[in-house]
Amino acid sequence: MYAYDEFDRQIVRERVAQFASQVERRLDGSLTDEEFRPLRLKNGLYLQLHAYMLRVAIPYGALSARQLRQMALIAETYDRGYGHFTTRQNLQYNWPKLRDTPAILGLLADVDMHAIQTSGNCIRNTTTDCFAGAAFDEIEDPRPTAEWIRQWSTLHPEFDWLGRKFKIAVTASRQDRAVLKGHDVGVRIVRDADGETGYQIYIGGGLGRTPMEGKLIREFLPRAELLDYLEAILRVYNLEGRRDNKYKARIKILVHEIGLEKIRADVEAEYASIVAASPKADLREFHRIQAAFDAPEFADLPEVSRKLEQAQANDPDLALFVEHNLFRHKHKGYASLTISLKGIGQAPGDANAAQMRAVADLAEKYSFNELRVSHKQNLVLPHVRLDDVAEIFAVLKAHDLATANAELITDIICCPGLDYCALATARSIPLAQKLSRHFGDAATQKDIGELSIKISGCINACGHHHIGNIGILGLEKKGAESYQITIGGDAGDQFAIGELLGPGLPETHVPEALDKLIAVYRRERRQGETFIETYRRIGLAPYKTAFKEIADAFA
Amino acid sequence: MAAVKRPPLPVILVANDLVEGEVLFAANNGWTRDVRAARVASDEAAALELEQFGAAQASESKVVDAYLVDVEIEAGVPVPRHYRERLRTLGPSHRLDLGKQAEFHI
Ligand code: SF4
Repeated sequence: MYAYDEFDRQIVRERVAQFASQVERRLDGSLTDEEFRPLRLKNGLYLQLHAYMLRVAIPYGALSARQLRQMALIAETYDRGYGHFTTRQNLQYNWPKLRDTPAILGLLADVDMHAIQTSGNCIRNTTTDCFAGAAFDEIEDPRPTAEWIRQWSTLHPEFDWLGRKFKIAVTASRQDRAVLKGHDVGVRIVRDADGETGYQIYIGGGLGRTPMEGKLIREFLPRAELLDYLEAILRVYNLEGRRDNKYKARIKILVHEIGLEKIRADVEAEYASIVAASPKADLREFHRIQAAFDAPEFADLPEVSRKLEQAQANDPDLALFVEHNLFRHKHKGYASLTISLKGIGQAPGDANAAQMRAVADLAEKYSFNELRVSHKQNLVLPHVRLDDVAEIFAVLKAHDLATANAELITDIICCPGLDYCALATARSIPLAQKLSRHFGDAATQKDIGELSIKISGCINACGHHHIGNIGILGLEKKGAESYQITIGGDAGDQFAIGELLGPGLPETHVPEALDKLIAVYRRERRQGETFIETYRRIGLAPYKTAFKEIADAFA
Repeated sequence: MAAVKRPPLPVILVANDLVEGEVLFAANNGWTRDVRAARVASDEAAALELEQFGAAQASESKVVDAYLVDVEIEAGVPVPRHYRERLRTLGPSHRLDLGKQAEFHI
């Protein structure tokens, strides 16, 4: 993993000291709330519904055991013993006190972590595939590219006060597991016909109030040119993007308003002038970073593990876990193992301090000290030996972390919603819990198969509802919580924004509505077809008809 | 300056403690974390007084985001009319072990 050098450390330490002094001045009244608010937001500190909330950056979702232990310590010492992993691969503490935040940031700095650029109108955490460095289908490890972008975008003076926030995702696989087209910029690592590695660049994707699919702006960008090209995109956006209306300030609106051709021409022109004005871009820094991500020393192992096969034969729970929570690794005899933070009836993405420690221990013992946070709000042990899976499973089970539901209907993405979030229009967690219980039975889940439910507590779409196979958006209708349901969204290669099925329903009717949609799938599916595949084949109409029965009954 | 639109009466004053972030309610004397002890303003004059108290406390950096919330009186206790504000008097609805609902057994 990338290790901080003295410059990284100094930046973070100086920032902690600076924020500590800002907090002091706020507490003694020399800074007003208006003055302090942008400063705290620059350091990831929000004021939410019940308390402050601190969002900690987990660059590209990669963590070491030591870092996760520190997060557990902070949760226990300064919070209420738990944290929430987000769809941006970050971690949120829900109850920190303002006066404690400098100490918390100090503890984070001790393990090379921080909360810089986790909020505000700047370039946010660069996210990537949760199986980065391990996936069988990746061209290379995408983390060096993500780290390269992180270093470039950290405290970038020109892009510190953008019109709106800016999110970048990177992937190196054919299968998009990083929601590339849902980001302001999506970077896909590709090889050209000559075998040279470079980047395919998407622009103007995003969810929120106006969901848009990212568009291909550059088919192939040689590696050395990445940062200059991103600089050109950001500069065009910073200069041309709207600032009169915060809902129209994202780059997706600019792309939409001026069109892809125009923005491409503007970016290329800006890029040409950057290239003309600066020394030739080289790859020295990239190679320095890449060296820090050297793959661990994998052992030569047989493809299958007799040990695991035997254990599975004796333990159906383990067999189920292996079926759902292992992902194919690039090295024989290894797998990436998803630790579901979606226990049946649990709040999606939450982990308590004891669980964090248990996972940290597992990472240390079985996964070369490495961990990942997924945008689906789970944790991943990227490199485990198949031989060790049964032992890992036993430990997970003891900590309530062995739910075998990765990619299944109870692997629900869910934002904090109105149980925590000041912007929310409705709660989302209790509905996620209800649906998890409703569909929680293993046989039911197996029969339904792969199906993503994504829930947001407001139009901002932190819960990615637009791109859920079934998306749920919590709104307020006549003074009560109401849930709009969409169908057909897809976060991956066949990126799609879901279609609205009809009027919003009260929480009580949502499980029944989903039953109706799933009944259509069960009736219509062909052998081996997933929920979304059937939907793509038969279209919206039958689902709308089924939904109407519920909507009419309620109306 | 244009008059700020006030919610319908009766109202209570809600804010966040600057240091702790915790939700507070204006009481007869200072602040309380228990909504049952909140001071209820039933007329314009009392609402204005609450509002002024909030503004003064904010400018003294005691609290942030002070605003009036309309309530109904149920069994002698103010209950916000809107579900968002009701949640603020209680805590996260899926974690009954946390927040004011746990602390005050409400
Ligand atoms: S989607 Fe809305 S309610 Fe949910 S976390 Fe984002 S801003 Fe808050």
